[in-house]
Amino acid sequence: MNKSPDASNLDSVFSLSERSKLGEMLRSQEFWIVVAVLIIGAVVGMIAPRFLTSANMANILQNFCFTALMAIGMTPVIMTGGIDISVGSTLGLTGVLLGLFCASGYPFAVVVLFVLLVGTFVGIVNGALVSYLKLPPFIVTLGMMSLVRSQTLVVTNNQVVYDFGKAGDTLLALGSGSFLGVPNVLWAVIVSAVVMQWLLSMTKWGRYVRAIGGNENAARLSGIPVDRIKVSTYALLGAMTGMTAIFLVGWMGAATNALGQGQELQVIAATVIGGANLLGGFGTSFGAVIGSVLIEVIRNALLLAGVNPFWQGTFVGLFILFAVLLERFRSTRA
Amino acid sequence: MSLLELKNISRQFGAIHAVEDVSFKIEPGEIVGLMGDNGAGKSTLVKMIAGNFPASSGKMVFDGREVQFSQPSDARRAGIEIVYQDLALCDNLSAAANVFLGREIMRSVGPFKFLDHRKMRERAAELFRELQSETRPRDVVKRMSGGQRQAVAIARTRLADAKLVLMDEPTAAISVRQVAEVLALIKRLKERGVAVILISHRMPDVFGVCERIMVLRRGHLVANKLASTSSPEEITALIVGAKAAA
Repeated sequence: MNKSPDASNLDSVFSLSERSKLGEMLRSQEFWIVVAVLIIGAVVGMIAPRFLTSANMANILQNFCFTALMAIGMTPVIMTGGIDISVGSTLGLTGVLLGLFCASGYPFAVVVLFVLLVGTFVGIVNGALVSYLKLPPFIVTLGMMSLVRSQTLVVTNNQVVYDFGKAGDTLLALGSGSFLGVPNVLWAVIVSAVVMQWLLSMTKWGRYVRAIGGNENAARLSGIPVDRIKVSTYALLGAMTGMTAIFLVGWMGAATNALGQGQELQVIAATVIGGANLLGGFGTSFGAVIGSVLIEVIRNALLLAGVNPFWQGTFVGLFILFAVLLERFRSTRA
Repeated sequence: MSLLELKNISRQFGAIHAVEDVSFKIEPGEIVGLMGDNGAGKSTLVKMIAGNFPASSGKMVFDGREVQFSQPSDARRAGIEIVYQDLALCDNLSAAANVFLGREIMRSVGPFKFLDHRKMRERAAELFRELQSETRPRDVVKRMSGGQRQAVAIARTRLADAKLVLMDEPTAAISVRQVAEVLALIKRLKERGVAVILISHRMPDVFGVCERIMVLRRGHLVANKLASTSSPEEITALIVGAKAAA
């Protein structure tokens, strides 16, 4: 009963890796979503050959980026067990403020800084209400979603902003330009995903984000500044949303007050499809990116396959349910 | 010199006297069982020692100095660690990550600092080897047995090099086989010179590892005697009040 294995025996136990690298990959949600994307691509490619053209691929790679940028920011929020449904509205507000400030003649760099600060501010308010007042994140950000969308209408007086003044050239060049043949916004996604994943797996901050999602009470007892970490995740998401607004408005060439409406659901769907657990504790930035790709591929494929676009929501919805089932299946078998 | 000495410690919550005039000493490397019925004041007493709240009156001397902890981190800094009943572990993290939670080992490259996963795994493996527990540093806590979870929680206290470990019902929710494992872990702490206060309802566990047994009843310390001079029957009588004091 009370077995006390000798030291050499223990060493062999410690050196055992629980599972192989291949097994690890086969178990990851990200892997199966990549497989799903490839299968959809192959099937649609046969039905509608236009899907696989380089022009269409470029189209997809441009379009998925906006959701992906915000989904990368959403990942740590969801990992702590939180959620932010106000990001669509924040995208709208930062987008129109970007336009208005460009139009008033401020230098582009100043406008960028300002937009990032506005996004961060919205995030800090969300985070502070969630952490310090212990309000449920869903309700807090539901309120913020309404408040921020209303402010978007107030500041624009329901007008579309399309005259960006002097800074406009830089803005449009950034939004629609590319570097080494890759669209600027795709660079932003790649860099953000790599940096975010590095933060999540190599820093104390990332470790604490994960710990809070796993057991908030344990994190607190271990002396982790739980409230500050939570606020930081919302603030970071706000800043990422502001950054998304810059690329999105620069690409579209106009800021409407409906900008980002409903996008929060796509962002959350992408994050969850990519393997983030709404109960907290799990998630990767790569998952958020591949989840965004899947949503865009579904949208694009249905259009090219000539399916009535009203069906889009059905397919995205089915994939969300599929992702949750996959997650359940993985965690019960593990 | 005693490691911990409580002198006439009392604690009131409004009109309720949760702990009244309790005095005792704990020697270094000693395993002491703290027993009592629900509401006898065990948790209150332990929480005062761990710094969760101060005593209403009385003195506490730890390691030769009079101490007044105002928060758990004060007690931790002094060398008192507590292993919580629900263990306070993060299920989604590895054993090594849990051992080092809040005290991560960092590696710096230039101005950047990042987690030294390897060093933490190696150090965690050392601690598990010391505790002779078959717990793999890389494994996720979610898939661990109750005994392995205890090993992780206890390794946390070893990391801090605690002088006194307070354990709250460590064997309450685990299988019989794992109980033996946990009791072995407690003995291992003693070998390292760590004193343990074991709060438990389970008579065989307390008599299995404790040298001394203290019994609380309605806030009063009614017994403080060597396990070898007592019996489970006597302790039961003391707990329920069939015997006034010993």
